[in-house]
Amino acid sequence: MFPELIDTRPLRRAVDDGLGWVVRNWGGELEAAAHPLLVLLNWIERLLIATPWWLFIGFFVGLAFLATRNWRLPLVVFLGLVFLGLMQLWRDAMITTALMIAATLTAIVVSIPVGVGMSRSERARHMVTPVLDLMQTLPSFVYLIPTVMIFGPGKIPALLATIVYASPPLIRLTDLGLRNVDPAVMEASRAFGTSSTQRLFGVQIPLALPTILAGINQTTMMALAMVVIASMIGAGGLGYQVLQGIGRLEVSRGLFAGLGIVALAIVFDRITQAYGRRLQERIGVGEVR
Amino acid sequence: MTDHIQLSNSALSAGPDDLSIVMRGVTKIFGPDPQAALALLRQGKSKADVQAKTGHVVGLDNVSLDIERGQIYVVMGLSGSGKSTLIRHVNRLIEPTAGEIVVNGEKVLDMTMAQLGDFRRNRIAMVFQKFGLLPHRSVIDNVAYGLETRGVNRAERLEKAAHWIGIVGLSGYEKSRPRQLSGGQQQRVGLARALAMDTDILLMDEAFSALDPLIRSGMQEQLLDLQSSLNKTILFITHDFDEALKIGNRIAVLKDGAVQQVGKPEEIVLNPANAHIEEFVRDVNKARAIHIRTIMEKGVFEPCEVAMPADARCEDVLPCFDRHEWVGVLDDAGSQIGRVRARQVIRALARYNGQP
Repeated sequence: MFPELIDTRPLRRAVDDGLGWVVRNWGGELEAAAHPLLVLLNWIERLLIATPWWLFIGFFVGLAFLATRNWRLPLVVFLGLVFLGLMQLWRDAMITTALMIAATLTAIVVSIPVGVGMSRSERARHMVTPVLDLMQTLPSFVYLIPTVMIFGPGKIPALLATIVYASPPLIRLTDLGLRNVDPAVMEASRAFGTSSTQRLFGVQIPLALPTILAGINQTTMMALAMVVIASMIGAGGLGYQVLQGIGRLEVSRGLFAGLGIVALAIVFDRITQAYGRRLQERIGVGEVR
Repeated sequence: MTDHIQLSNSALSAGPDDLSIVMRGVTKIFGPDPQAALALLRQGKSKADVQAKTGHVVGLDNVSLDIERGQIYVVMGLSGSGKSTLIRHVNRLIEPTAGEIVVNGEKVLDMTMAQLGDFRRNRIAMVFQKFGLLPHRSVIDNVAYGLETRGVNRAERLEKAAHWIGIVGLSGYEKSRPRQLSGGQQQRVGLARALAMDTDILLMDEAFSALDPLIRSGMQEQLLDLQSSLNKTILFITHDFDEALKIGNRIAVLKDGAVQQVGKPEEIVLNPANAHIEEFVRDVNKARAIHIRTIMEKGVFEPCEVAMPADARCEDVLPCFDRHEWVGVLDDAGSQIGRVRARQVIRALARYNGQP
């Protein structure tokens, strides 16, 4: 046994008391600050639930066709979504999709600027990288509990936890994509008298777009991976069905809802990947040699 | 512009007026503390010494060049000689450690970032070894890129771009992507992009080095052809001595970041300044380097049946000796100023091959 050199109890008490103080004094303000996220999530959720099922299926089948120009992927998308409908999981699937989309959109808005900052400054990179490691490895319950204490159980802590978990790959891939832009192209652009903002939007981001899109794909997948945990704190949706299945020892309920999550994951993963490939073909990786 | 230095106003010194690019004592040292290394270099230490002592790399060592307006000025050197570093100083893609650079009478190093952007957009264009084309844009949008950064409206820049695409011989490829083109075609896009800027000065960094020999030779001829009508100041970097001889009005040879010799192509071929340059000269096609002006018999002779301009090279007159004993030499106005015969050409070539 490692000898007890210091007494950790005061430290632990300080952390707990500190959180309690934040909840008491800043709870309302923090909740107000996170309110726009809730509005976004509720709006997407209402939109998806109000959308007729055939329109939803038609939209994503069409999107899959546009991305690949053949019928294999649209068929997969069609089967996946029809499975959700047949299993009476449609409404839960819409709630889960809404959470995923809201988390992904927020992650995009936050992560891409952070990735840009990292790609431009070595110092920013050194500061952000350990934070990303922490976000990806810290068990999510560890930060779920304080967020629930601050915001109360419900959709906001679920959404925040999903964003925290799903953002790092997008930040990392944005940084990587921007750094990997051919230096010869960047130099040529510089020689023509462009400003650094012109280079960012005119050269770097367009050329890094396939990598950034791969990051968005990762973010959607990680957001879906969080739905069961998110449902524990009141997010609802497919994750809640899984949770109920476990609680009532109803294997079938858990299994079908679980397969529903997989179906959603396949639909969104394949569609975003197909768009990434198209973009990559259009830009041409590793050309001009 | 405030930092306009008056190299030109004096009517007495007409010389500097013709200078397009002037570099004075330009030194570049790569590393965390260039000033310390610079002090060592100033004490007369060599590039290798400085690197061994401080870990700093000397890119350029006290380079001074005078590049006249309308010249093709070639800087020749092997890899690591600092030639690519040198050309990037002219538009300040690289900041020198010490020295002065004047382009068209403006001190480049005194410019603010805004002035520098303005200068790059309007005064100077560049062609790159690795082309540096924007892969996500079509050929025509690549060629129009420089004009776009200058703020030229879309219709006008596309019209100009189409014009230059035609001149470099890529009509029909306007909508293609760079990666759909061959290396030679891609470099034509790079050249058209630079020419579309319509600047007095063109920087070409090993522009043809990545191309196949046949295509390279075609591009060289196209450049000479264009230059005869455009009369730009072209700073051309190459590691290929033959290329330097073919296109250069003047050549500077660079080694370890220092200028070894500056001169007209034949001056360098005929009188290499040191052993390093002699090594290049040994393998070179002298028939291409030596102009008949330097070996002709001067004087008034009866007109010869065939004649060549004085700028013609030995390789140009050799085929004439198949049928004729004498070849006349003409000045710019077309009157005969001398003549050469096969023996003189043979003697010139043999002598400079190092044989007695």
